[in-house]
Amino acid sequence: MFETISYETRGKTAWITLNRPDKLNAFTSLMHKEMVSAIKEANKDSHVRAVVITGAGRAFCSGQDLSGSPAGTDYGDVLRKGYNPMVQALVAMEKPVIAAVNGVAAGAGMSLALACDFRIASEKASFIEAFIHVGLVPDSGNLYFLPRLVGHAKAMELAVLGEKITAQEAKELGLVTKTVSEEEFMLEVETFAEKLANMPTKAIGLIKRYMNKSWESDLNEVLEFEAQAQKIAGESADHQEGLQSFLEKRKPAFTGK
Amino acid sequence: MSNYETILTSVEDGIALIQLNRPRVLNAINRPMVTELLDAFESFDRNDEVKAIVLTGSARAFAAGADIDEMKEDTAVSLELLNQFKEWDRLATIKKPIIGAVNGYCFGGGFELALCADILFAAENAQFGFPEIKLGVMPGAGGTVKLTKLMGQKKALEWLWLGDPMTADEALQYGVINRVIAPELVVDEAKKYAKTIASRAPLSTRLIKETVYKSIDYSTYEGMQFERKNFYLLFSSQDQKEGMKAFVEKRPAEFKGK
Repeated sequence: MFETISYETRGKTAWITLNRPDKLNAFTSLMHKEMVSAIKEANKDSHVRAVVITGAGRAFCSGQDLSGSPAGTDYGDVLRKGYNPMVQALVAMEKPVIAAVNGVAAGAGMSLALACDFRIASEKASFIEAFIHVGLVPDSGNLYFLPRLVGHAKAMELAVLGEKITAQEAKELGLVTKTVSEEEFMLEVETFAEKLANMPTKAIGLIKRYMNKSWESDLNEVLEFEAQAQKIAGESADHQEGLQSFLEKRKPAFTGK
Repeated sequence: MSNYETILTSVEDGIALIQLNRPRVLNAINRPMVTELLDAFESFDRNDEVKAIVLTGSARAFAAGADIDEMKEDTAVSLELLNQFKEWDRLATIKKPIIGAVNGYCFGGGFELALCADILFAAENAQFGFPEIKLGVMPGAGGTVKLTKLMGQKKALEWLWLGDPMTADEALQYGVINRVIAPELVVDEAKKYAKTIASRAPLSTRLIKETVYKSIDYSTYEGMQFERKNFYLLFSSQDQKEGMKAFVEKRPAEFKGK
């Protein structure tokens, strides 16, 4: 179905794997289109309640495939038509998205990881704001997400100096949820995704929606968002199940609705 | 109540609900739908049970546009003779408050219909736009005029020329809509708001609506003369006596709309 990525569902989790291992999963315009289709597919499928994005081979994603752009390419339009719709689709998806960072995440590959809701890193993983080394600026939401995740000062260091950081350093910066040994990595990602996929998906979606909006809102607006979100969550089947299971002293079986 | 084919209607607690109901074509507005809408609006306007009207579409689309199949063979002369926009003119004569609740796509004729509402609530994921230019035409049911009066010449030209969609947040920023609300709640919130309006003095609601729309076209002087006459007129109502008496007696007023 796809050429540059693979898409499969296992249980309640959709797996999107960047699949150009010989090019360290570098982005091409076809890959952007396929990513948007895959993200939309995962969003539409009501059985899918968590999404994992990872890379085939030894890299997560090395960013833009620099061999692919002919001279005179308008980089602004490459972003507007390729990367930006992908980032927007990820943020709009009201399901948890995990970047399973198996290896290097460089440039726009790092941006992709930043646009996800969680990052789990293999000990082999590394992150690098590679843009500056070719005289470019971080893009694909990188300038939005990075300072929000690690603070302005650290984000400036990373973006301007462009030094590679290890998985362990990323953990210390709060950039990743956890780092895992190479051997246990896939199992850990699966377990984490499955855990999320069994949680109240509607509530997670609402948390994601309004936490994202909080960055562009004042307190009074956020208070109103919370009131609306709580009304919606309060009418969900999973809220009823949560209350019921508590009363019956059993584990809740959430359906995501 | 009539059996409509393109819309659904109901009344609950004094609030009428009109829902566009051609979901398979994203509620594309065709001529029978406009005829039915006008019939529903006019009958609710005369129905004493109804205090305010909520207009909405479906979850994916308020209305994605006008029905293109219906008009693609039209000519200037056939349109002049058909005079279809007479019905749209009559929509502007509805006296009761109309609250629009927009989910999803609201394009072209759908956007023009939404602009017929007095107050507009939109879902966070709603998208507005006039894509007519991409079909070699332009808005024909007031879109060009109303958008310009709402957002000003510079911005209106940009949206009308490019034909691109604007987000709910942009529409809010330009004063095209009143509130942005969670998609799950936009119809509920519109009904709640309609109930609040319904609790106010109905004659005041009517005459304020009339005066606000006149003030868009009148000079300040003419508008103020018009306002004054409506202000005086309310002193012939029972509700004015009741409202002022209740105020003095420090109790809530009971308005009868008389």
